[in-house]
Amino acid sequence: MNHSVYLYILVMAAVTYAIRALPLTLIRKEIKSKFIRSFLYYVPYATLAAMTFPAIITSTDYVPSACIGFAAALILAFRRQSLIVVACGASAAVLIVELIMGFL
Amino acid sequence: MTNKQNFVQGMKNGIPICLGYFAVSFAFGIQAADINLSPFQAGLLSLLNVTSAGQFAGLAVIASAGSYIEMACLQAIVNLRYLLMSAALSQKLTVETSTIHRLGIAYGVTDEIFGISVMRKGTLSPFFSYGATLVSVFGWVSGTVLGASAGAILPQRLISALGIALYGMFIAIIIPPAREQRSVMITVIAGMVAATIFTYAPILRALTGGMRIIIVTVLVAGAAAYIWPVEN
Repeated sequence: MNHSVYLYILVMAAVTYAIRALPLTLIRKEIKSKFIRSFLYYVPYATLAAMTFPAIITSTDYVPSACIGFAAALILAFRRQSLIVVACGASAAVLIVELIMGFL
Repeated sequence: MTNKQNFVQGMKNGIPICLGYFAVSFAFGIQAADINLSPFQAGLLSLLNVTSAGQFAGLAVIASAGSYIEMACLQAIVNLRYLLMSAALSQKLTVETSTIHRLGIAYGVTDEIFGISVMRKGTLSPFFSYGATLVSVFGWVSGTVLGASAGAILPQRLISALGIALYGMFIAIIIPPAREQRSVMITVIAGMVAATIFTYAPILRALTGGMRIIIVTVLVAGAAAYIWPVEN
């Protein structure tokens, strides 16, 4: 069977958009259940934490540089720096470590 | 705040996402070119999907000439977490928010845009989402097209360093509230520990990345909600 790249793209987009649109359009009222409200309150923290670690350790070319970048991001975030400062700080730390590793 | 102020605020908050997306989508563009997608096709794919894990997984299906059904199922599983995020966001909107705005916000439900949207104080203005989405998607699509057409122009050191940018942003989103509230801090640590177990433990590690995130989220957020219910 011959598959069209455009049809693949359309199938992907339709499924992904449906998942994103259904809850937003169907849940129109404030949820009354205290448990579900609390659950949704904790969802972003649990999700973002699970997506960050351990994946961050393999996000660069070398594990040591990623660990230093992770530490840099944690320190900056604990000092309440903005998104851009934390993101760029972590990247800069990785760059510096990898440049130093290159010389060794 | 006026709609315009919300839009501008969203654009500002979207800048770090744009940079992080550029790095990740650049890598995606290179991979798309490897399996013979044109820069236009790769860019269109990024514009219509805006989902890193889903798109990388989708490339594998295209490369192996899998069926459309397989593609649909894979996308549903990898991206199921957006269902939870979309449900959480629905509680940030005023009841009056129209269906059109809801459909508009839905386009931009990604891990990162969701992260900054759900942390807004009070209710969420659709225009904040639009501002953040516009800037972020610009980075996502331009990175894809550049990666697909000229993957070799960025030095590898830079690509490697940018690879951590998105995670840095996640950390910037979750750590400050975790400092303030013990229950959030424990939720964050538990999420990381559980994800590590699910990534490396025998049997559990067979799960796809998307399923892993969903299961860990439901377990950890469910336990947190049970132990520390939130008073409005």
